Amino acid sequence: MKRPILALSLAILLLAGNSYAQDFIQIKGSDTLINLVQRLSEVYMEENPNMAIAVTGGGSGVGIAALIADRVEIADASRPMKDKEMTAAKENGVIPYEIVIGIDGLSVITNGANPVKSLTVEQIGAIFRGEISNWKDVGGPAMPISLYGRQANSGTYVFFQEYVLNNKDYSAKMKHMNGNAQIVEGIIADKAGIGYVGIGYVYDDKGNLREGLNVLEVAKDAASEPVTPLLDENVKSGKYPIARALYQYTNGKPKDAVKAFIAFELGAEGQKIVQEMSFYPVSGEYLEQNKKAGF
Amino acid sequence: MTKTLKNVLWRFQEKAIENFFLTNGFIAIIILLGIFSLLFIEGFPAFRELGFKEFFLNARWDPTSPERESYGILAMVVSTLMVTLGAMVIAVPVGIACAAYIADVASPRMREIVKPVIEILAGIPSVVVGFLGIIVVGPLIAKIFGISNGLNAINGSVLLAIMSLPTIISISEDAIVSVPQEFKNASLALGANRWQTLIRVTIPSAMSGIIASVMLGMGRAIGETMTVLMACGNAPALPRVFTDPIRTMTATIAIELGETVQGGLHYRSLFVIAFVLFLMTFLVNLVSDIVLHKYQKVQQ
Repeated sequence: MKRPILALSLAILLLAGNSYAQDFIQIKGSDTLINLVQRLSEVYMEENPNMAIAVTGGGSGVGIAALIADRVEIADASRPMKDKEMTAAKENGVIPYEIVIGIDGLSVITNGANPVKSLTVEQIGAIFRGEISNWKDVGGPAMPISLYGRQANSGTYVFFQEYVLNNKDYSAKMKHMNGNAQIVEGIIADKAGIGYVGIGYVYDDKGNLREGLNVLEVAKDAASEPVTPLLDENVKSGKYPIARALYQYTNGKPKDAVKAFIAFELGAEGQKIVQEMSFYPVSGEYLEQNKKAGF
Repeated sequence: MTKTLKNVLWRFQEKAIENFFLTNGFIAIIILLGIFSLLFIEGFPAFRELGFKEFFLNARWDPTSPERESYGILAMVVSTLMVTLGAMVIAVPVGIACAAYIADVASPRMREIVKPVIEILAGIPSVVVGFLGIIVVGPLIAKIFGISNGLNAINGSVLLAIMSLPTIISISEDAIVSVPQEFKNASLALGANRWQTLIRVTIPSAMSGIIASVMLGMGRAIGETMTVLMACGNAPALPRVFTDPIRTMTATIAIELGETVQGGLHYRSLFVIAFVLFLMTFLVNLVSDIVLHKYQKVQQ
């Protein structure tokens, strides 16, 4: 008597699970992207009440590892996938598709009381490699530089190491902070601090620059003019030297619910949210690239 | 007939209950052995590949380095020991004094208030304590020591001391309360005052319980992860003084395990760290056990 009922309820559960599976999207990865993607999914879910999207962080490396293991539909990443990760994915039968959903002017920040207002990419690299260890060597007061960076699972950590440190090791004295927000808090409290964060994190919730924070102007080299990432034309025109794309990766060409959500992100409304969260909309070559993934 | 049946049933029941308790006892041992062998099996291939020198005589940990991958755990072991030592230096005197106050000095009304408050302290999540470390303790330390930031070993020591205090206080207090009243009466009758009685008679008599409480508090401090991960800076360099930022073994495992490829060298090296950490806590427990036994024998 009991058994048929059990079987029936199991069947119902399975059926119910199936009909919902289509509309559930798991997104995991970059801590730089988490607030943005969370906001995007909230607005999207409001418009599409039958959709459920779960967004979690952990770092780009964690998101990509989850995609490789086929545990998530979308991986957020603030850096492109490494060749090693691509190979691992393919060995696992996962074919990653790359979509760019926004542009970030990766911001190098110091304490508001620090008189140094601009640096070259080379100087920043030398500071984070530990070759320059006192502010007086870059035109500041005589105090030892206190380094703030992200942890190895962060896409920002990897991107910065590749493009600013020229793929050399970080100084062992760098503090490894647990997320962008912690770096901002650390720098505001530390007169001798320098750190790097996604541009969305240098503003407070009203869109004003955080008090006690200084966003450095960065010059490509000693001969070029330093520019700030706070003006969107600098980032869009490519004048700001450490701008980067913000990625989402899917397993296979996006389709159904995942495709609909990404289309929303790249559409007028989604890109407006990207700007509201203080990142920059997709433009130029990246638009071409997104076409390859069907957008 | 029914009587013998009842008897058999009863005996069977007795046997079943006995076996049930035996199994429960064994499960704890089996789980312990299981964890030990899991850590060993997962970590050993990395140990074999890289060797003793790379892990233990090398202070540089950077498995994702683009220049040269490096797996030295020396800096982490030193960090963990430093922050634990710092925490104990703060927590042991405060904890014992507090326990003695509650057990021996405080009025019953006061005791009713202080004890639950300390128990609530034990329930504060470690993330919250870590947050306090960043927002409150860090800037305070920076000001006191005249350094630019407070994300260092002192900060971790203060926070871990706060977290291990409830353990130390409540177990020490139990030990002090359970010292027989006759001991104190004898001391008082010999003309000692209350302070002398407390310091020379009551606390020494409760010493085995107090040592156990300190060891348990130490175990808590060594194993704590989130707090030190948030408030100590996590710089991989070998710390030299307490104002240097530190990166503990637990924090390294927590930060890095999520992104490593399962079965890879980096993944296995994290298991080596876990194995060493396990051995360290095991050693603490073993030593405390031996000390306890010695002490009890001396007392008898």
